[in-house]
Amino acid sequence: MNTVHMKINGKPVEIEAGSNILAAAKKANVNIPTLCYHPDLPAWAACGLCVVKQENSPKLLRACAAPVQENLSIITHDAELYQIRKTVIEMILSTHPNDCLMCARNGTCELQRFAAEFGVREQPYEVRLVDLPKDTSTTSIVLDPSKCIKCGRCVQVCQDMQGVFALEFIGRGDHTVVSPAADLPLNDSPCIKCGQCSAHCPVGAIYEKDEIGDFVRAVSNPELHVVTQIAPAVRVALGESFNLPAGTITTGKIYSALRRLGVAKVFDTNFSADLTIMEEGSELVKRLTTGKGAIPQITSCCPAWTDYMEKYYPDMIPNFSTAKSPMMMQGAITKTYYAEKANVDPATIYSVAIMPCTAKKYEIGRDDNMHASGFKDVDLVLTTREFARLIKASGIDFLTLEDEKADSPIGEYAGAGTIFGNTGGVMEAALRTAYNLMTGEDLKNVEIDAVRGMEGVRTGEVDIKGTTLKVAVAHGMANVSTLLEEVREAKANGDEPPYHFIEVMACRGGCVSGGGQPYATTDEVRAQRIAGLYTDDEQSEVRCSHQNPEIKQIYADYLGAPLSEKSHHLLHTTYTERPLYKH
Amino acid sequence: MSYRNYILVCGGTACESSKATEIYEALVNEIKHQNLTEEVQVIKTGCFGFCEQGPIVKILPEDSFYVQVTPADAKELVEEHIVKGREVKRLLYNKDKSKKHAKVEDIEFYQKQFRIVLRNCGFIDPENIDEYIAREGYAALEKVLFEMTPDQVIDELRTAGLRGRGGAGFPTWMKWNFTKQANGECKYVVCNADEGDPGAYMDRSTLEGDPHSVLEAMTIAGRTVGANQGFIYIRAEYPLAIHRLEIAMAQAREYGLLGKNILNSGFDFDIEIRLGAGAFVCGEETALLASIEGKRGMPVPRPPFPAVKGLWGMPTVINNVETWANIPVIMLKGGDWFSQIGTADSHGTKVFALTGKIRNSGLVEVPMGTTLREIIYDIGGGIANDRKFKAVQTGGPSGGVITADYLDTPIDFASLTKLGSMMGSGGMIVMDEDDCIVDVAKFYLNFSVEESCGKCSPCRIGGRTLANLLEKITKGNGELKDIEQMKEIGSAMKKASLCALGQTAPNPILSTLNYFEDEYMAHIVDKKCPAGKCKSLITYNILEDKCIGCTACARKCPVGAISGERRSVHVIDQAACIKCGACFDTCKFGAIEVR
Repeated sequence: MNTVHMKINGKPVEIEAGSNILAAAKKANVNIPTLCYHPDLPAWAACGLCVVKQENSPKLLRACAAPVQENLSIITHDAELYQIRKTVIEMILSTHPNDCLMCARNGTCELQRFAAEFGVREQPYEVRLVDLPKDTSTTSIVLDPSKCIKCGRCVQVCQDMQGVFALEFIGRGDHTVVSPAADLPLNDSPCIKCGQCSAHCPVGAIYEKDEIGDFVRAVSNPELHVVTQIAPAVRVALGESFNLPAGTITTGKIYSALRRLGVAKVFDTNFSADLTIMEEGSELVKRLTTGKGAIPQITSCCPAWTDYMEKYYPDMIPNFSTAKSPMMMQGAITKTYYAEKANVDPATIYSVAIMPCTAKKYEIGRDDNMHASGFKDVDLVLTTREFARLIKASGIDFLTLEDEKADSPIGEYAGAGTIFGNTGGVMEAALRTAYNLMTGEDLKNVEIDAVRGMEGVRTGEVDIKGTTLKVAVAHGMANVSTLLEEVREAKANGDEPPYHFIEVMACRGGCVSGGGQPYATTDEVRAQRIAGLYTDDEQSEVRCSHQNPEIKQIYADYLGAPLSEKSHHLLHTTYTERPLYKH
Repeated sequence: MSYRNYILVCGGTACESSKATEIYEALVNEIKHQNLTEEVQVIKTGCFGFCEQGPIVKILPEDSFYVQVTPADAKELVEEHIVKGREVKRLLYNKDKSKKHAKVEDIEFYQKQFRIVLRNCGFIDPENIDEYIAREGYAALEKVLFEMTPDQVIDELRTAGLRGRGGAGFPTWMKWNFTKQANGECKYVVCNADEGDPGAYMDRSTLEGDPHSVLEAMTIAGRTVGANQGFIYIRAEYPLAIHRLEIAMAQAREYGLLGKNILNSGFDFDIEIRLGAGAFVCGEETALLASIEGKRGMPVPRPPFPAVKGLWGMPTVINNVETWANIPVIMLKGGDWFSQIGTADSHGTKVFALTGKIRNSGLVEVPMGTTLREIIYDIGGGIANDRKFKAVQTGGPSGGVITADYLDTPIDFASLTKLGSMMGSGGMIVMDEDDCIVDVAKFYLNFSVEESCGKCSPCRIGGRTLANLLEKITKGNGELKDIEQMKEIGSAMKKASLCALGQTAPNPILSTLNYFEDEYMAHIVDKKCPAGKCKSLITYNILEDKCIGCTACARKCPVGAISGERRSVHVIDQAACIKCGACFDTCKFGAIEVR
């Protein structure tokens, strides 16, 4: 590691070469304000707040963009910089509605925070607001151009991080807006609803569609039997909204909170993650052993990813696992298997999923396959952020709740199910069970390091008693293209497929940093949440999906075997090519 | 083959728009008609610079300088000058001079000029590579290829002290040296021809009049830094320059001066043209490179500088047209020669587009260190219509105004910046007492606001707020606090904007506030526009003692706001008056006053 020695406000700092001045300042315990910089993204240098002074130079530097240099001496705060920053904040506020109390980001808004810190008490400049309607065309996210401060994070996220190119700057100068090409509604654009734009937006210009009201009405409706499921990644992130460290496992408190919110049954998506492994793992083994079905098999539990492939790589649809996502499997069996077992009329069941993801709101209405039970398999998706607000608004003192257990028969999970929430986790869970399916034996060491980690693309080989399984993992949508191009090329050349099994998650780090998770996600936070899931796995008595007693039970009592006809009807789906732009 | 006479017709865009092509064709036809094609050659050249007097026709060897020529004059020019050897006096610029022939050097407009960049403009046919070669064209390239090492080229540039002519004045040798030393799979050479300052046309004229000088220079740079590909980024609004560049490139390739294995040296270099859509911000180098790459033209933070990480992430030398045009001359005559021209801090010459309320508007090239007074009064011939000089604006929308007190300032990079303006790319607009300084600031601000890319908040928001404040002041609604706000926003924009466009956009306000605060105060406090420009702040009144009741004004008034019986004093209905000034212009008796 090359180290650079420099000074921040006179204090010596040692820092890795290639870092920016923001990072150097942080090392010197100094925070420099910025509205456009985000550690996930290259510096865009739009807001103008992070300007700092370089000793003996009249020009100001943007701390987000300027690299550290040996002997650099930087002043981060003085009277002039304070005034410049305050003026810039006041200018931004002059084009931003001051309806903070009614805003989706009230309390979490980065602009609001700086306005407070800089003591803005009046609006000195001419107010000019953007008078454009909200884009509510998707069922996942809302764009409010009137709130946009043109920081560019969403555009960078959408283009560079996710490779989707749904959002772009349109117009010039003060007519600039962020919008899909040709000013189309978001739903008619290539948007995959991953919601990373909403997770990165510093203000209330992009946010999840809030559906808390539907939940509240459902639980207060005596006719309805409300059941819930929570996704793996929710349990290690929700705590952040209650000031717990990222990665704190709050599963028991979440079950408890749900019961206090008035739901009839508390189930867990992790159960269906195990179910997914049974189906998807069997499907993989079948493709490998019978030669029927496209290789590599590619995971399909991420709805943003499936949407992406249907739009950008439709030729690879046959490679998709036909297994539904755990959430949709859980929904289908809730209104069939559970309804039968509990003797509840499925028509009265209101099925709610608490998810880290905005695309899940889209997924429940994807197509008719999402009505496999004969009803809407999942009625409502709330993101982690909505769920946190719901708990607070319901007066539940989350931190003092007793831990509770999930309900039977679809609430128990193996460690394999919980790591579905992080990159590499689906692959690892699948390999644990595939090993068993192919060899009839269980792995001695179920932790498969080859597929763990944070690199955007990871490849490895797993030995299954002499059979080598070539696997690859990609996360962060823009990273997937290298893998898919490799597969395409091999196919075009008539070569052996380079991989047997590929796991893809649209969001960097996986669902732990989904578009609906608590704000301020960085790689540090991702790592903590992922560590939380691995801890949850380690602490599980059962580590492999096929060993989950409730999984054994559902196959024995209801489904028969993986890939059975019933399974196919309830747990599998189809994919279809979709145009990038709807006309 | 040599001819008895050469007839040079200016083929710059300005003269072309005044029928230069028809003049050229009429002359060619006339020469044919007189059976003189063996003896007389008619050539369409680049810009002569003296645009005020265009279209210009110069006849050699007599060096007769004919101005404001029309196609109908062709016959007389040929019959009189060529056939009979008698100058057509009525078309000569300095027809009053007693000298037999009016030589170009005798014209004041040219006397204080020193032409390096424009050396060939108005002398050669830009569409004929032989004419460029005849004036030492491509000799510099040959020298660089066969007699100089890349380090020697850079040393020569360092000795010359050439600084970038695009506005910022960065030493050219340093840029080249950074790129030469940078590692990259490949490297690029880029010509910034995205000239966009209002009123500026130095680069356009250079490319129209002498395209090979730029091609030669870019090839020299390619050889020096190790690049094999060049791009010329030029706005699509310059069709003639593009056309001539395309011809020049084709001819250079044909002559082995561009393309593979140039002059059998083993060095490959080729150039492509990239058309810009005319966004001012694309003149900013990082935005320009983004535009070449096919992205939205928005600046990105520097460092990394393009010299190290430029086009497609590769080391890239990017220079402005005028900078390029200097290079071949420096290589041939040497850095020492160049460094003798100009001032201690700024060597060589600078081309200015001299416009506004000036008698001789046009393109002028002067040694650095020439004073503003020399340019405006000696070259420019002073203020038009005998009005009083008020200020001169340099640096376009990034610059500021300079008042009469500073007219003796020798022009160089440092001195203009010290006065709150800047060298910029060379726009120079002269203002007289009829120009309202607040209105001028508003004009430039509106330009910058329209041309802002919208990326960074200080420029995007601050610019519009400033422009609206100026609008408010010129409308008569200004308040004293507006001045403070303008200073506050202006200073934040200067410091916190991302690129030079935003950083310099407030200059027109800050500089006019500095020199003409009284005039702002007159608008704000007295609600008066001293120059009589701001419509909301003026009224037209008919003076009783001067009006003879001729009814001319009433008939001209487009809104019927003037009434009065014939031969009696007329009256303007102030509520109906739209302040168009038609009555003022119409009245022959000075009976209409502006207050």
